[in-house]
Amino acid sequence: MLKRIFSRQETLVGVTLLALCLTIGLINPVFWTPGNWFDLARSATVTGIFAIGVLIVLVSGGIDVSFTAIAVFSMYTTTVIMNQIGFDGGMIAFFTMSAGIGVALGLINAFFIARFRLPTLIVTLGTQSLFRGFLLFVIGSKIIRDLPPGMANYSGAFLFTVTDSRGITVGLHSAVLFLVGVAILAQIILRYTMLGRSIYALGGSREAAERAGFNIVGAQIFIYAFVGLLAGLTGMIYGGLNRQANSQDIVGQELDVIAATVLGGASITGGRGSVIGTLLGVTLVTVLSNSLILMGIPSTWQRVVIGAIIIIGTAVPAIRALRTSRRANVEIEPVPAEERP
Amino acid sequence: MSAPDASYPSLPKPRFFVRDGNLLRLLIACAAIFVTMSLLKPDVFPTPENFLSMGSQFPEIGILAIAIMITMLTGGIDLSVVSVANLSGVLAALVIRTLIPADASDGQVILGLVAAIATAFLAGAAAGLINGALIAYVNLTPILATLGTMTLYTGLTVAMTRGNAVFAENRLTFIGASNLLGIIPIPLVIFAAVVAVLALILNRTPFGLKVYMLGSNLNAARFSGINVRRVLLTTYMLSGLLAAVAAIIFLGRNNSAKWDFAPSYVLQAIVVAVLAGVNPSGGSGRIAGIVLAILALQFVSTGMNMLLFTISGGQFFKEFAWGALLLIIMVANSKSERKRLPPKPKAKTD
Repeated sequence: MLKRIFSRQETLVGVTLLALCLTIGLINPVFWTPGNWFDLARSATVTGIFAIGVLIVLVSGGIDVSFTAIAVFSMYTTTVIMNQIGFDGGMIAFFTMSAGIGVALGLINAFFIARFRLPTLIVTLGTQSLFRGFLLFVIGSKIIRDLPPGMANYSGAFLFTVTDSRGITVGLHSAVLFLVGVAILAQIILRYTMLGRSIYALGGSREAAERAGFNIVGAQIFIYAFVGLLAGLTGMIYGGLNRQANSQDIVGQELDVIAATVLGGASITGGRGSVIGTLLGVTLVTVLSNSLILMGIPSTWQRVVIGAIIIIGTAVPAIRALRTSRRANVEIEPVPAEERP
Repeated sequence: MSAPDASYPSLPKPRFFVRDGNLLRLLIACAAIFVTMSLLKPDVFPTPENFLSMGSQFPEIGILAIAIMITMLTGGIDLSVVSVANLSGVLAALVIRTLIPADASDGQVILGLVAAIATAFLAGAAAGLINGALIAYVNLTPILATLGTMTLYTGLTVAMTRGNAVFAENRLTFIGASNLLGIIPIPLVIFAAVVAVLALILNRTPFGLKVYMLGSNLNAARFSGINVRRVLLTTYMLSGLLAAVAAIIFLGRNNSAKWDFAPSYVLQAIVVAVLAGVNPSGGSGRIAGIVLAILALQFVSTGMNMLLFTISGGQFFKEFAWGALLLIIMVANSKSERKRLPPKPKAKTD
């Protein structure tokens, strides 16, 4: 039992994270101040919600690189529309509209993937440039700093604030509630519903899942619509926190988010992955990239460290699997080409 | 677009067409785009100046697409090509800056340039070798291994340059700015050479055959005695080397190298490869397809720029068009594969 816990990627990432926090804290006590933690929570929120969406796609055996384009499309379009109609209501309306646009775009992904059975990577590559091209060409390519009032005030919506010893007031932003809510929702769907079972089954083996009677098309429609919803929501959070709507933003982060999710134990070939692992992976990457300066490592080395962590973090389980299979005297096969994403 | 349908049976049928409906569709799409653009912009599109400018633009993405293509043939992918190119480019620029003083003699310049290009190629090959080792020996999924090394190589480039651009003192600009015999852009010459060499390697050597076999059936390949690890290692090394070739073109065109140059080229190169009919799960795909795909995309981009340059944000329509083209061709391919009927040209490009 203990051995099983220790051989899990989640445990590995968790222990690494803990060791990292202790090391950084020893080098620079600023790490343990509420201000730093609130900052970390804020940075982890956007990546975290994205990563939960990526997790669900990865578990189903797919890969989605269009979610950043959906996020920026939904956020920017919502801002433009709200500005046009002079809407002065609260932030809820912005989230609803942005998430709605996200779902619509997600359904476009689902259409190509479920209807034509095209490889998910290719479809989402195509829709990424489709969405982003449409956004920049038709809707607008200028940065909007003059936000509708509801959205402009969002960056000040703290859950609570703390005044630290130096007299600086810092607050935990309420956006983190979205991350908590989405994580719980995803956990319930993946662990306790038939839908969740069908997503894991689809990722394990599409053929087996079909024969077992799972509704594959239904699951795929849900997956990509749900990712669209999360992307729309995250885009709006991002825009609100940054107090501007920039249509050339966000796209380009997708590979980083996928890397964090995979670091958390999600298998890129499908069928494996957990919400807790994903959250740990995101936290590890966030802590690492936010804290290198606290540790005295020049920020120019930041990417080297993150790249090394991704390679080591994914190589360790791979080597372990290789050893286990050698011990069992079975030659392990690299993933057959047709099962690779 | 009804003409191709009727003319299809009467086309001459060398093996080139018979075996690959996708190539035919691409050729038709390419020709249709060319004709459409020429009709819409007769005074600027079909002109020698435009051909020259297009000919110096597409080779860099074309070469990166070939680099990704060969890894896709084995059933893998190389997401690190652009970061490898930037790493090699920065190294080459650094060598040029240190070895060639401002008042260098011709001999010094030539020696320095050879050293710079050799450094870039070595760096590219080494980076590719690391990718290959992670995939072949550590057993990482290609997408993961190259995702990690992409960040790593970019990081090394940032660390080496502190995030600044490195200038090549105009020593390589002859590549980007001059033409062979006054008519053929040098990048195009390099592209043609790469195409010829790669076509030769893939179609005429045992290694090429092994690459295709690996992608179509890994187990069969292994049981037929192929050294799978060595083939993977060589493939990814070749991919890194090609990225370095693209880096020299970058450097020639921009006179500088920087860590964050052209990150979007990764996805664009994948789009080219997939449009070219390279199967992302391995085993099939041809160099000829890459040439047609990159031409089609270049025609669309340039044509759209000419049509839309007066509209604000017109440059972004290209992105939209590339995405649409990719989806249309994929849907057309999947339909023709499923029905196993003679391929019907579906690509609507105007």
